Order: sequence, then structure tokens, then C-alpha cells
Amino acid sequence: MQKEYTVTVYTEDRIGITNRITIIFTRRGINITSLTTAETEIPGVYKFVITVMSTREKLDKVVGQIERLIEIHRAFVHEEDEVVYQELALYKISTKALHTAGDVEKLIRENNARILTITADYFVIEKTGHQQELTDFIKKLEPYGLIEYTKSGRVAIVKWSRRFHEHLKELDKSVASY
Amino acid sequence: MQQKDVLPMKAETEADKRSAVKPVITGSEAVIRSLIAEGVETIFGYPGGAIMPIYDALYDFQDQVHHILVRHEQGATHAAQGYSRASGKVGVAFATSGPGATNLVTGLADAYMDSTPMVCITGQVAAALLGTDAFQETDVIGITMPITKWNIQVTRQEDIPGAIAKAFYIARSGRPGPVLVDITKNAQVGTFEYEYNKCEFIRSYQPVPELDNEAVTAAAALINSAKKPYIFCGHGVLLSGAENELLSLAEKAQIPVASTLLGLSAVPVDHPLYGGMLGMHGNYAPNMLTCEADLIIAVGMRFDDRVTGDVSTFVKQAKVIHIEIDAAEINKIIPADVAIHADAKEALSALSQLVMPAKHDAWLEEFRFGHKKEYDKVQHRELYPEAGEIKMAETVRLISEKTNGEAILVTDVGQHQMIASRYYRFKNPNTNITSGGMGTMGFSIPAAMGAKMGAPEKEVIAVVGDGCFQMTLQELGTIYQSQIGVKMVILNNNFLGMVRQWQQLFFDKRYSSTEMVNPDFIQIAKGFFIPGKKVTAREDLAAAIDEMLAHNGAYLLEVVVEKEDNVFPMVPAGAPVSTIRLE
Repeated sequence: MQKEYTVTVYTEDRIGITNRITIIFTRRGINITSLTTAETEIPGVYKFVITVMSTREKLDKVVGQIERLIEIHRAFVHEEDEVVYQELALYKISTKALHTAGDVEKLIRENNARILTITADYFVIEKTGHQQELTDFIKKLEPYGLIEYTKSGRVAIVKWSRRFHEHLKELDKSVASY
Repeated sequence: MQQKDVLPMKAETEADKRSAVKPVITGSEAVIRSLIAEGVETIFGYPGGAIMPIYDALYDFQDQVHHILVRHEQGATHAAQGYSRASGKVGVAFATSGPGATNLVTGLADAYMDSTPMVCITGQVAAALLGTDAFQETDVIGITMPITKWNIQVTRQEDIPGAIAKAFYIARSGRPGPVLVDITKNAQVGTFEYEYNKCEFIRSYQPVPELDNEAVTAAAALINSAKKPYIFCGHGVLLSGAENELLSLAEKAQIPVASTLLGLSAVPVDHPLYGGMLGMHGNYAPNMLTCEADLIIAVGMRFDDRVTGDVSTFVKQAKVIHIEIDAAEINKIIPADVAIHADAKEALSALSQLVMPAKHDAWLEEFRFGHKKEYDKVQHRELYPEAGEIKMAETVRLISEKTNGEAILVTDVGQHQMIASRYYRFKNPNTNITSGGMGTMGFSIPAAMGAKMGAPEKEVIAVVGDGCFQMTLQELGTIYQSQIGVKMVILNNNFLGMVRQWQQLFFDKRYSSTEMVNPDFIQIAKGFFIPGKKVTAREDLAAAIDEMLAHNGAYLLEVVVEKEDNVFPMVPAGAPVSTIRLE
């Protein structure tokens, strides 16, 4: 059955590694709905968090083919309940609307959002959460005149990953070869 | 010619000592020295602008490295593949940037599909020009990413030895495969202090997994309780050198063995437990009995769709043990009841210890019965026809008899490939060289060239179709220039035979663009100063093969065969293997 999965991939820091990973999804006609990557706590090891709509069966094979790549440490596919995750959104709103519309302070407080910056023309609100919460917040801000909205990909922590991180720390001791 | 030593004999001052340990050389010279350090003796390649500094460096090392100038870069890759498959070493190919590099694509993809260790080195425009659409610039790293086991672009000379060391380690370890190293021109001409260290470890790469003894025990238990166990022998058996271990296991428990196309020659064809070839044009009994077995022991193979036919019906009644070094192949097509993620040799030798001696006489009898059925219905009339045009199969039978099954047989793609694979009676491992996964027409002539370079003491015979031959016939120039003694047999039916067969069987005999109006092949060979003979009559065939084999050097034999011959048995594409047709 098609549903949303989170794929995590631990890689070496190499030019083209994103391409090597995404090409494997492309081959099987799987659309990547979001992708984030950043260095982990181990210098030189990167973590990719990829969300896709697909089937478990397909993704198990995709992950196997990703792991086959030389510069990949491990790759995993996670069900929704196996990860704790967040996404981040920024909302740009007209400053004029702030003064004319209702109680924006209450709105920010109730939605666990915060104001990042205020200028004479606009102000920017930041909110983290799951996709649905972030898009729901758009509707709430609409009366205030939403100018622009942008959202990050997913960052995810795996619930059972303690042992793998011990393995990653072991890696720290072995030098990355050229 | 000047002999270059890595270490001068005597070092006097401190400064001398430093330079003595690490000679200052160009990136190009570092390429050649690094290849020599990896034991490379033969390179197949074609020069061009962006790789000229490397060719210039090669000029000083002609006494240590033999460069074969091919006629097309695709030929270099197939030659490197043939060299590797015949010698067990890593094949090496050189090409320039742009079109030189893109011409490597087919060979890289072929080597990737068929797990052939190969290192391709391409020249690239100077680093400062990368991304500017410079003359003969192409993104060869991007292009070859999905068809190489690994690739890398080197833009600094000091990174060359490390990249080449890693390339060879990756190409030959684990499940072997092709690697491409792209070197920018500035790195080729720049100088640095050269030092070479072989690569033996990459922290993100585990080529040979640790053998899981629990899995081996579980597999042995399945084998010991099986009534109809059945071994599938794949290319991995040859790649890990596990032929003896496979036979020990088979003999101990009297298990029949069938081979995939690329597994051919791992088990001698005349071995009593050898049942034949799996797959679309494999043998009748090995295919049919996949539906009868209660246990499949698949070794070093990946359940290609040409083997399984309809996956939803394939080996459904049987338990499956899958011995495979590449984890991505396990459960990819056929779920394994017991997966042994390991090197085939190590796994089979551990497994043999735990397997009890057994007899499966009735089960083996089923293979003999199936073989007799196929022999009576198909093989006899193909191998020993008395009238009509020459058959492909009788030609292969004669070649097989006259070489005692001991030649290296290099085949191309199509009907002649299936016939040769079915009827050549292989005696020794690694004597079957063919393009399996990719099915690359034009493979055999350059691959045979490479095979002969890799195993000069062996008779190397390319069996090729008239269509395939015309895809890479320019390599006759290489064969002549480098005096490579390959024998070439064109089985000429003036058709793209396999496509024509499908058109006959599945497209209502609508022969769309499959008939060939062919040139005079013997005249073509003559133009390249290669002798040859054309045979059209059965009574001349045996003598012509004798003449070819007796000739010292390259030789082309054209055999005009039955125009509309078909290869049977056949499993229609995507159908269950049980629907295999004998006619």
C-alpha cells in the first residue's frame, strides 16, 4: 500500500552523493516529496532524511540498493511511528495587517509559533511541527494577509537508533580515506 | 628508453633523502606508475586531446605496460571485460574526454550488469574549464553514475594515487564491477611528490560480509531434509573461485546443478550431476524441474527475469536458500527462506561440512528423463542434421569437439549466443565469456581480443552473428595491428535472427527490419589482412574448422547457416517456466 515513509541515509561527505542516492528513487519512479541533509555529530558523516510516497516492499529494495553504494554507511526505511520528526515553516505577513486585524499575539502563543523579525513592511513568523499543522496555520494567518510561506523538509530522529550511533562514533576513529 | 626507478639507489643529503622517498613527477606519470603498482600489464585505449599527457607518460613505460590501440572506445571496454573474465585480473581502459568518454557507456553498463572488474580512466578538460561547455567536455561522472560501481573526478595531481588505489580495490572486491576515474588535464600535467599506497579499507564499504553461521546451519538443515534439492550455479561461483566447493556440496548430497548463462563453465558439462542451463533458451529439464524441486540452493545469482519467467509462479513450491555476496540482490526478486549473505566459496565450504551424504536417485532420474526428451525432440536433429542448410548447433558441436571443450568461447548476443551456450561442452572454469545482463550486440569481437590477451595460451573463439559482427568489426584493425590470434566464427543467417524468431512467433511473421543484406565478410577480413573462409556446404564444414584451428593467428570463418532457424526450447517472455516450448 502506498503511504508516506521516512528514509534515512548516512553517508560520507562526497561531491555527487545526493545524485547517487536520488537516482535510485528515479529508476523506480518514486517521487521524493522532501529531502534534507546536514552533517551529523560525527565530522564528515552526513545524514539524509528523505520523505516519499511508496510501498514498504519497494522501499526495502531501494534502501538495499542505496546501501550498496560505496560511500553510504547505512540506509533505513521508517514507518511513521518509528521516528520523531519536525518540519519548519516561515510565514511572511504584512505589518499593516498586524495592526488592523485581530489578536496576533494570542494566535502566536496558541500555535507555539514565534516572531523572527519585524520591519516596517512585514514580519516573519516561524513555526515547527508536522506538515498538517504547518499548513493549518496558513489558514489562520490568512486574515492577516499572508505574503509568503515556505517550509523545510523533514528532520527526524529514529526512536531505536542508539546502537547505530555507537557504530557511527566508532567510525570517527577510522579516518575517511580519500 | 629510460628506465624509471621509484627509489634511486643512494640518497646522500637530507634533501635528497626526501626526494628519494617521494619522487616529484607529473600526475600523468603517477597514473602509469599507480597502474603498474596494481599489477597492470595491458591497457586497452584510444588517445585524444584531454588524455594526451597520460599517453605521453605511457611512452616511457612501454617496456612495462602493453597498450592496445583499439578502433573505438566501446571496443576498449569490451576488450578490458574479456581480458578480465579470461585472466581474473582487473581490465583497464583509457579514453579521452567528451565522445571518448561517452563511447565507454555501453561497456561500463555491460560490466556493471555482469559484475566484471574494470577500471576506466578518462581524460577531462582542465578543472578551470569544468562546467563551461569547453571543447570535448562532458559530465562523464554524471553520465556513468548509475552504471559504475563507483566513479570519481580527480582535479588535483596529488589525489591521483589515492583515487587509483581506491578504484582497483573497489573494482575487484566484493561483487566486482566497473569503476571510472576522470582526471582533469591540469592534474595530469601538474607535479607532486608521488607515493603509492594500496587501498585495503574504506570505512563505508564492507565488500565481504562476515559469514553468518546460524544461516549456514539453517541452510544445512533444509538441505538435509530436502527430497528434491536443486542447485542454481551463477556467475558468483566463478567470481569467487568456488567451483570445487560447489561440486563437493553437490556430490556429497547428490544434488543436481543447473547453471545460469553467466555461470556456464563453472561445472563441466559432462559432470553427471550437471543438468544444463536455466533460462528462456536453457534446457528443458532444468527449467521444468524448477517447478518440481522442494529446495532451491541459489549460489551467486540474481534471479534475472530471463531465468524466472513469470516471477509469481517461479519456485513457489520450493524453499529457497540464497547464497549471495551483494545484499541488495537478496529478496530483490525471489524471497529467500534462508539468506546467506557471504562470499560463495566461504559459504559453500562451510555448508558442505554440515550437509549429510545423501542420494536422490529418482530425482536425478527426472533430469535424465527430461534431457532425453529434449535430446530426442530438439537436440538430435540440430546437432546431427543430415540434409538441408548448415545448422548453427552442428557448427558449435564441431567446434566443441575439435577444441575438446577447452577453448575460451566468447559469444555475442542473439540466436548464435544461445545455441553456442547450449551446445558448447565447457570443461574448464571461466571459459564462457558473453554479455548476459546487458545483451550487448558487438561484444564478442573486442571481448575475444581481450580474452586472448588475458589468456594467450588458450584457444579463444568468438562465435558471432552477422548482425553483431557489423557492430564492432572495426576491431579487426586492432586484431591485425596487435597480432591477436583470435578465431572468429560468423554464424550468418542474413537475419537479426533472434528478433526474427520473436517476430515469427509473437508478431505474426511481420519481419520488420530484421533481414540483412550483408557484405562479403571474407573480403572485409582480407582488407584487414586477416585470412578467412566462407562455408556454405555441410561436407566442407569440419575441414574448414580444422583449417581455422590449425592457422597460427587470427582467422575468420563465415558459416552460412539456415536462414529461418529457431532456438528451442523457449520460455515465452514473462510466461511461467513450465510453459517452456520444445517446438
